[in-house]
Formats: sequence, C-alpha cells, structure tokens
Amino acid sequence: MEQLSGAQMVVRALEDEGIDMIFGYPGGTVLDIYDALSFSKKIKHVLVRHEQAAVHAADGYARSTGKVGVALVTSGPGATNCVTGIATAYADSIPLVVITGQVANPLIGQDAFQEVDTVGITRPIVKHSFLCKKATDLPTVIKKAFYIASTGRPGPVVIDIPKDVQNPRVKFDYEYPKEISMRSYNPTTVGHKGQIKRAVKLLAEAKKPVVYIGGGVVYSNGSEYLRKLAKTFNFPVTSTLMGLGAYPAEDPQFLGMLGMHGTYEANMAMHNSDLVLAVGARFSDRVTNNVAKFCPNAKIIHIDIDPASISKTVRVDIPIVGSIDKVIPQMMDVIDELGLNFDRAQLVPWWNQIAEYRAKKCLDYKKGEYLVPQQVIEALRKYTNENTIIASDVGQHQMFTALYYPFKKPRKWLNSGGLGTMGYGFPAAVGAQMANPDETVVCISSDGSFQMNIQELSTCLEYNIPLKILIINNYSLGMVKQWQKLFYEGRTTASYSQEYVNSLPDFVKLAEAYGHVGMRIEKPEELDSTLEKAFAMKDKLVLIDILVDPDAKVYPMQIAKGAMCDMRLSDTENTVQ
Amino acid sequence: MRHIISILLENESGALSRVVGLFSQRGYNIETLTVAPTEDNTLSRITIVTTGNDEMVEQITKQLHKLVDVLKVCDLADGPYIEREIMLVKCRAHTADLRNELMSLTNIYRGQIVDVTSELYVIQLVGDSAKLDSFIAVITKTTELLEVVRSGVSGIARGERSLHA
Repeated sequence: MEQLSGAQMVVRALEDEGIDMIFGYPGGTVLDIYDALSFSKKIKHVLVRHEQAAVHAADGYARSTGKVGVALVTSGPGATNCVTGIATAYADSIPLVVITGQVANPLIGQDAFQEVDTVGITRPIVKHSFLCKKATDLPTVIKKAFYIASTGRPGPVVIDIPKDVQNPRVKFDYEYPKEISMRSYNPTTVGHKGQIKRAVKLLAEAKKPVVYIGGGVVYSNGSEYLRKLAKTFNFPVTSTLMGLGAYPAEDPQFLGMLGMHGTYEANMAMHNSDLVLAVGARFSDRVTNNVAKFCPNAKIIHIDIDPASISKTVRVDIPIVGSIDKVIPQMMDVIDELGLNFDRAQLVPWWNQIAEYRAKKCLDYKKGEYLVPQQVIEALRKYTNENTIIASDVGQHQMFTALYYPFKKPRKWLNSGGLGTMGYGFPAAVGAQMANPDETVVCISSDGSFQMNIQELSTCLEYNIPLKILIINNYSLGMVKQWQKLFYEGRTTASYSQEYVNSLPDFVKLAEAYGHVGMRIEKPEELDSTLEKAFAMKDKLVLIDILVDPDAKVYPMQIAKGAMCDMRLSDTENTVQ
Repeated sequence: MRHIISILLENESGALSRVVGLFSQRGYNIETLTVAPTEDNTLSRITIVTTGNDEMVEQITKQLHKLVDVLKVCDLADGPYIEREIMLVKCRAHTADLRNELMSLTNIYRGQIVDVTSELYVIQLVGDSAKLDSFIAVITKTTELLEVVRSGVSGIARGERSLHA
C-alpha cells in the first residue's frame, strides 16, 4: 500500500475526491499541506487576499457548478476570518469543505500562538465538523466530510487538522475509501408514497393554487421536473430569492419573487390561494411576513429534504420529505397511476384574478434626469445571456437585481439570501469565474458592499479573472437608509452623510490601481454605450462605477407584522388603508 | 409540558457539545441532562428533560435528528416509561432524635444512609423527580441541609419500545 504523510494524504484525498480547484491562504499550521500541494498536478490553488473571500469564492464555485467547494486556511485568525463565509454557506445550504490548520496536538488547550477552538467557534454554523487528531483517520474523515457536505440538505463541513498530524516525515498506509456509510446519517431522498397520493389529489382539486419554490429546487437539480409539474397543472409559480432561475423568469406562469420585496402579484396570489405547494423552500421570515396571517385559506403541501424545515415556522398539511428530483417524478407517476383527469378550465377564474394583480404593474418605475438602479439592471439584459452568472452583494442592488433581472436557468444567480452577507458577491463571482472560465460573470455590488472585500481585485489580476463589476453607487448604505427614511423619521444615521460621500474612493482609479479597467457612468445616456464597451472587453476585468439616484427605494415592500398581501407599493401608495 | 428526550449518539468527542449547543442556540431549555456510554461503548445515551409545547418538542426532536452524530431520538413521554434520578443529601444528624427521625424518613422513602459521622448523614435516594422533590421538602423541615446532589433524570420506555442502533 502507498505510504503518505498526513499532509500528502490531505492533497491526495482531495484529488481522489475529484477536486480540481481550492481557494486558500497559507499560514504556519498548513505549511506542510501547502508544500504537498506544490506537487499536485490536478489541483489548482487560488490564492485569495483574505480568508473570508476564500470561503465565499469556494461558495461561488459550489453554487455555480453544483460541486463541493473547498477552502484551505491556517489556524487562529485564518479560521476566524472564515466564520462569516461558513455561516453564509450554512444559511444557504451550500456544500463546502473548509480545511483549517490547527496547532499541534500537544499544544491544543495551551493558548498557543494562532490557536483558537475552531470546531467550537464554528459549531453552530456547520453541518458537521471534525477535529482530526490522527493522520491515519484523514482518509475516512475527508471522505465523510465530502459525503456529508454534498448529500441530504447540503452544508459546510469543517476539518480541523493539527500541525503534527500533517508531519511530512511520518508516513502511513493510504487508501481512500470508495464508499462510506454512516449509521447515524442517512438522509431520506425518496418521498412517502401515501403522502404523495394525498398531495396529488389536493393539487387536482385546487381552485387557487400557487407553487412556491426555493433554493432546494436549484440544489437538487430539480428545475426540469418542477417545470413539467407546473406545466401539467398550469399552476402559477413564485420563487424565493434563493430559487430564482429554477423556474424561467419569462415563462407566463411565473409571478416573480415573493416575500418582503416580492411582486404584488406573487404576494397577492399567495395570500389568496387555496393551496400552496412549497418546493424546496423553508417559509423564512423574509417570505411569510407575519406567520399568524400567512395564507389564511390555503392548505399547504411542503416538499423538502430537511424534515426540520417542515412545520418549523408554518404548520403544513401534507409534509413530504425527500429530494425534489425524486419526489416530483414520483408525483408524476402517481398522476398517471390514478389516471387523474385534470380540468384546466377550473383555473381560469384564478388566472383572471392573477391577471388583475399583474395589471398593477408593481415594478414600473420612472426614469428621469438621474439614472435609477432599476434601469441599470434592465440594461444589463442586453449584454448578458441565459448562461451569464450574476453574483450580487447585499442590499438594495441585490433586490433590484432579483426583481429586474430575468433569470432563466438555475445556478446563474449567486447571492447571500439567508445570512445577508455584505461582501459576499465579489469573491463569490471570483469563484464562479474560476469554475466557469468560458461564461461571462457579472458582480453587481454597491459602494457599501464592495468595500467589504475590495482586496480581491488583486486576486483577479493574478489569475486573470475578467469579471464585469457593476458598482451601483448611491453614495450611501441604501437599504439601511431606506429603513431609516421609512421608520426613523428620515434620520439617516451612519448610512448617509456628506462625510461618507466625501470619503468614498474613486472606484475608477481604484480599479486602475489594481491593474484593471475602470469606467464611470454618470448620466442615463452613457449607460448603454459604456456597458457595451465594458462587455466587449472579454479578457479584462472591468469595474463600472454607476452613479444612481440616491433616493431610489426598493418596492414593493411588505408591511411588518402584516399578511403577505400587506405591502407598500411606492412612497405614497400601500395596500392597507 | 415536561418532556424526556432520549438520544442515542456516537460516542465521539464533540458530540455532546453539539447536542447541548443546539439547545442553547435555538432557545430550548435543559432542566436536567445525563450522559454516559451504553453497553456498546461506541454509543452514548443522553437523557434530557425539557419543557415546551408540542410544536417546540417536535422541532427539538427534528433538530436533534439532524445532527450527524445522532442515531435515534425519542420523547419518552410519548408512551409509558420509567424515569429514575439518584440524589445524595448531606444533612445535620447530630442528635439522637434527629438521627431517628432521619432514619425513619429515609426508610419511608426507601432510601439508604450511605455515610455517617458523629455530626452528619449522607442519604441516598432513587426515584422519579417528584419523589426526590418531596423528600427534600420533608427533610428541609426536619434538619439542616448542607448539600444536595442530583444526577438528573435517566429514563427508559416500558414494554417493547426501545432505542437501539
């Protein structure tokens, strides 16, 4: 049998797992792994400029490909810098393996240099974690880590490896397990047939149904199945922020995003429905508004791989635990089996009602002397296609992108929905571009978010990462300011001030300082010509500083404590009298 | 409502902290907790007494199931069960009257006096939590308590119902 050191085992196990790329930052307790990595012909290491960005980049890699993302960092601050990235991935169920160095076994607990209890610090934000104290455990631990990260409800797994475990001078037998089974971990993927039958019967009877989809459809590669189901029943479909792209946005059955900043038609349809079919979504507070007033007349069917997500915030009538790509085909089989004759005419009044909701045209906006974010996102459609990957940061620009960009395919929309991590978008775009070198990758950010991981401009130069970065610059922390304007009598504490505006960097010069191309759009008439120029530069990173009307607000916006249908539609109009 | 959650999990480092962490992280309370390896020393058994409504306990059970180290979870209070807790009580027993009184109380509660000095008794008592509470209430009126140690509840279902790998 082959003899390898612990450090070599880590690298070999990653190769055996089929990993072609990892994102990382070296340091004292991972030097041996980095040395072993220098001999690998299969794994490309991408050096980021901050460990948080390593995890976000691995996350962007994972979301855009469906594969497990891998990050490698050192102990202590290396590990603590990862925390936000890990929590982001955990909140959005992203499969990651984060390998952290740890001080040598004999030093653990001694408050050694760069020692922190990584497993302890990350415990509430991982799917699982390992402290691997023996080199001989490494192959099994790594196999388990990838298995756990990628199966069931995916999530991040941390492997903490003390320095002495990596010792290059001590070698052991190495064999990577082909398969792994764990008696304590067996996620259910196939749905319960009885429940599926009950669900299908309800679907066939529904007069006012809505399909409410979430990120689970993306992660389980369930889009095609979902589309068939929606087409079979002619049901309207709405999506959470995380599910965008899982159902084609321009399909006539699509109502747009639902929830806090959802469309009028999506929220009205949900509230007035008699049946909600929730698919891979988790009834988050950003969707339901006040759960006590949630969809008062609806029966609820919930398909989810995570039983703990079912009836957590909203009680459901028919729970189905399973993977979307298994459960929906099962449903289709049951439809055939029962010979259900579905009467499409029974939904005509419902579609007429939805047409009335749509007539509200809740996403209409006014163009004027200044650019507004909505028109920037709309203009972007011309320079991108259905395969373009769009990563956003967090805030108003994120919501504008979700509402105004028509995502047609899954895995093209990367954003931090659960944790809401400003600074996510840019490094995630880096990871996505590294994973998809032939696709256009756009990062939509803002003056606030972009400054939270701005250092990755250097990484982009090193690896020739030709992102198109749109800074929707409203000289303020827009979403905070929106809330302050609405709920704090306009006091824009810390979100907007002359000092803040005066202190913003010149983003064009900044891009140039890092060796990239910087452009600026100040007036509406410059929008198209500049975007065209930027997107024509295929091999260059182009950062475009786009000055927009700082007063733009994201509407619709649900009214706190209300039902889904209680919304502000503009500064002056709302649905509650 | 009081619930007794029984958990069978891998006897691995960190497993207990994941269980305890889950309770604090999600705002569930722990009234008592006991943990020890089972007859198979690769497995541990945890018994947690908690209070909450049915929805909360359903959520606790599901979240516990979700922990990768956890094999089985059940709420013993779902059916007939036996619960036991052990208690050691150190109390003043420095007069003949007191010693007699304490001995007779201990007998009534089917306890044992397991340590004796000229001044003190240590009384051992096994039973469900209510019985131990009642003993404390009685003995507090009889003598001065110096120390009370309770193990927390262990429990097992009656009949065929059982938790195994």
